[in-house]
Amino acid sequence: MTVIAVVLVFGFFTYNAQVNMENRGIDFGYGFLSQESSFDVQFSLIEYDGSHSYFRAYLVGLLNTILVSVIGIVIATILGVIVGIARLSPNYLINKFAAFYVEFFRNIPLLLQIFFWYFAALRALPLPQDAEAMFGIAFLTIKGLYVPAFIWQNFDIFFYSIVAAIIAIIVIRYQAKKLQETQGKQTPVLLISIGLILVLPLISFLIGGVRLSFEVPVLKQLATTSFIYEGGVSLPPELIALALSLSLYTATFIAECVRAGIQGIGKGQKEAAASIGLTPNQVLKLVVMPQALRIIIPPTTNQYLNLTKNSSLAAAIAYPDLVLVFAGTALMQTGKAIEIVSITMFTYLSLSIAISLFMNWYNNKIAIQEK
Amino acid sequence: MFKYLKQLTSLVAMVAVLFTFTTESMAAKKSKTLKNTQKKGFVRCGVSQGLPGFSNADAAGNWTGIDVDVCRAVAAAVLGDANKVKFTPLSAKERFTALTSGEIDILSRNTTWTLSRDADIGLTFVGVNFYDGQGFMVRKSSGITSTSQFKNGISACTNIGTTTELNMRDFFNSKGIKYEPVAFEKADEVVAAYDAGRCDTYTTDKSGLAAQRTKMSNPDEHIVLPETVSKEPLGPVVRQGDSVWEDIVRWSLNTMIEAEEYGITSANADMMKTSDNPAIKRLVGAEGEMGAAFGLDNEWNLRIIKQVGNYGESYKRNIADTGILPDRGPNELWTKGGILYVPPSR
Repeated sequence: MTVIAVVLVFGFFTYNAQVNMENRGIDFGYGFLSQESSFDVQFSLIEYDGSHSYFRAYLVGLLNTILVSVIGIVIATILGVIVGIARLSPNYLINKFAAFYVEFFRNIPLLLQIFFWYFAALRALPLPQDAEAMFGIAFLTIKGLYVPAFIWQNFDIFFYSIVAAIIAIIVIRYQAKKLQETQGKQTPVLLISIGLILVLPLISFLIGGVRLSFEVPVLKQLATTSFIYEGGVSLPPELIALALSLSLYTATFIAECVRAGIQGIGKGQKEAAASIGLTPNQVLKLVVMPQALRIIIPPTTNQYLNLTKNSSLAAAIAYPDLVLVFAGTALMQTGKAIEIVSITMFTYLSLSIAISLFMNWYNNKIAIQEK
Repeated sequence: MFKYLKQLTSLVAMVAVLFTFTTESMAAKKSKTLKNTQKKGFVRCGVSQGLPGFSNADAAGNWTGIDVDVCRAVAAAVLGDANKVKFTPLSAKERFTALTSGEIDILSRNTTWTLSRDADIGLTFVGVNFYDGQGFMVRKSSGITSTSQFKNGISACTNIGTTTELNMRDFFNSKGIKYEPVAFEKADEVVAAYDAGRCDTYTTDKSGLAAQRTKMSNPDEHIVLPETVSKEPLGPVVRQGDSVWEDIVRWSLNTMIEAEEYGITSANADMMKTSDNPAIKRLVGAEGEMGAAFGLDNEWNLRIIKQVGNYGESYKRNIADTGILPDRGPNELWTKGGILYVPPSR
């Protein structure tokens, strides 16, 4: 019954859309994707200008969406964990400050926060010619953050040294685990790992001929009162404002997930662990966290999904994400509303499903393994 | 089992009714739009979200502007009352979808007439009510007085979903200048970002620049550069497929322009009925059967002139007297050195 109803309703709408589009002389098709887009985009991770295709513009928007989501997720997770733990701190000041942060940022609509960080904070930033250098090399201005660019020589050798370090760490961890299981010996894996990841690339600098130099941004005058920085890497203020507001907003929810996870572990667990002689660090690492993570991961996955979808609010402040570039400009220039909106919806769906699958895999990995 | 069967029958019946309803309404009748408008009692008109002089709402929600006047003229012609218009504010991105999906019947929103829009996306442009061109605004203090002083690295604020975005690329490419486009969805945000110093220049149609300048925190600090980098004929748009409605909107606009040409104003329209000039008499419904072809009465054009005024009155009221563009430039009648020229009503 339900299936028939769904099929009928869906069929009715498709049929109606077809008839309407035919009546109004609108063609349906995805051929436009290979046409020249003829509009430029402010910020792009791949090479793009108006002479490329609409499909390339789609990729530009998609990558920008992924970029801001990844930055947002990383910052929100770090901040969320810190604040979540801080809310459990016995220190009154830290505890109350964390609680205030959570209640403040999660109760203001995200769009307003984005506008605040973009328009209010933007106005407070200096013009390029008035900006003070940070550490003598980076400049935060109303036109964006300018940081030095890395210029590598023999980058491949440096890259291989890092790969070698990672492989070595995996091998050592494996050995250490075996050693602990068979002989009960503890190996300081963390110290060795940090040592390896520092020492091997250092060697590549000393004897591998790897050189790193910086290209510091230089002020350039465009007109009497108009300046920019040239050279180096520039991050547009739209990206900074969006990443900042998304992370600050989502971190509050992640903090609550973390707090719930840690508080969800019974007091008896910690006391039992302490009674068999584990140090407080070991209690946290071996008893509390493995159990808490199982409570934390599923709701945190929701927050990651929310953050990714919320990044579509970028259109309000000119960050060229998928919605602004593809469902905005490209839709307008081609008039292919149904095609473009369906592609955009499908893309967000795929992104969300990919995140869910990854988080479910991780959740299964840390789940209790019955032996 | 019988219960389900009953449900199924009612569902099938419902769907069947819906299908007949839509196929029936698809049948080519003479101006479905006109019929619907008269049945509803108001004209559904899509306008901008606030562009002084073109379509702008005051604090009480009353819309004014030359784009608004086109819709009011159609309401006067079709419904007998220029105030029977329902205005829907639309962003540049939403406007065409709103029209093609049938949410509005006229799009009068400073929209540029281009080949691809006219041919591709189910729209028909009915005429031009403002000849415009894209320009650039800069801060006076920058010392820039011409686009030839633009240098590599300049950042330009604009709206998405407009011809502006495409013209901007053509312009900077032809000059070989590398630029940073910063494109917002709404005009208010473009103005705010430019005003804050995010961009070195703000580019859109010159009339738009003049209108938005009045919204800046200090309008005197900004100038519009003299160069015009594109042709932007702005005009009302209707859905493709209803040629009677298309004609009504086209000739409502033409009536306003031709009335100015013959000196017919809202004040003297009634007196013009006794004019010696047959062209004038036709424009005020005193001669010929000028409304019959549209399915309208004979005084449809008289009502437009009486209730909305001629094009010159509309321009003066909305654009000249508000200080946006006191000089009519190309938007002067062809008889006075401009390029406004419409086919005769006869």
